[in-house]
Amino acid sequence: MSGADGYLLAVIAAMTVATFFTRAAPFLVLGRYMEHPLVRHLGRYLPPAVMLLLVVYAVRDVEPLAPPFGLYHLAAIAVTALCHLRWRNALVSIAAGTAVFMVLTRLAPLG
Amino acid sequence: MNAFVRMSERTPGLAAAARASLPVFFGYVPLGMVFGVLFVQLGYAWWYATLMSIAVFAGAAQFMAVTLLAAGAGVGEIAVTTVVINARHAFYGLSLGPRLPRRGVTRWYPVFALTDETYSLLTSIQAPPGADPARFRVTVAALNQFWWVLGTSLGAWLGSGLGGDVAGLDFALTALFVVLTIEQAMTVRAVRPFVIAAAAAAAGFVFGGRDYMLIVALAFVTAVLLADGSREAA
Repeated sequence: MSGADGYLLAVIAAMTVATFFTRAAPFLVLGRYMEHPLVRHLGRYLPPAVMLLLVVYAVRDVEPLAPPFGLYHLAAIAVTALCHLRWRNALVSIAAGTAVFMVLTRLAPLG
Repeated sequence: MNAFVRMSERTPGLAAAARASLPVFFGYVPLGMVFGVLFVQLGYAWWYATLMSIAVFAGAAQFMAVTLLAAGAGVGEIAVTTVVINARHAFYGLSLGPRLPRRGVTRWYPVFALTDETYSLLTSIQAPPGADPARFRVTVAALNQFWWVLGTSLGAWLGSGLGGDVAGLDFALTALFVVLTIEQAMTVRAVRPFVIAAAAAAAGFVFGGRDYMLIVALAFVTAVLLADGSREAA
């Protein structure tokens, strides 16, 4: 086992603890306050907000002022969203959007 | 006899769980394969991808870990990023918690396996008549994790032999979040969370820069939603 493997095993262990801690946090921290109206409000509205944030976070390295001006990402996201609104099949939407992105970045019509 | 009775009691639950889990199969296997292919580009043995999917089971965090591992990020930094990326799962626990048994595997395994997809299934489907609801939830969650482990293992195993041009394949993650945003919008039927998220994203870029925009934005969203909630309660 190399040092790199030890690093990876430490990362996997840390991620295992971090993930379980996050998912178990409300049980461990809140206990009987789980039914509090404020907690329920967060439980209802945080997930949709987080999902949109994760879309933005995923494209955070796009340069909007340099060619291709983020248009490949924009086109692929639009295709994903339109497919999903039309068929509501997650696999089809993800496959279509990813295919469009990979084709656009290879043909590179905008240089 | 006893074992036979127990088995026949479990069968209707298993069939229903497999049906419920089928869309997740179609999502997790290809997406897991993408993760596996990207993971072996780092140069590690393929079965480390399997190990990570068994121990961690968090799609977005695992994808992000590939980027961070490639950059040689610190273990602490990766742990904090994992908590930040999975922070929304803490809120899934809030609405799932009251339905779970008080202790044991039937309580903690669904909590361990609480991905976006597991959460949506566990909160939207019922155990069939005759099946124990607590066991049914474990079966659904375990099937979901099995698809993910299967996909990541296949991708990592094949990817280490193929090594083709996979640039841009990780856009599947962006696409997954686009899909989940639409799904959430259809469930919540409110514009305000998305307006708050857009403002939070802007604040995140201004105050956190590219690298810390997510944690700043999450703090912003949580603060605004707490203010909203206490105004409603008042």
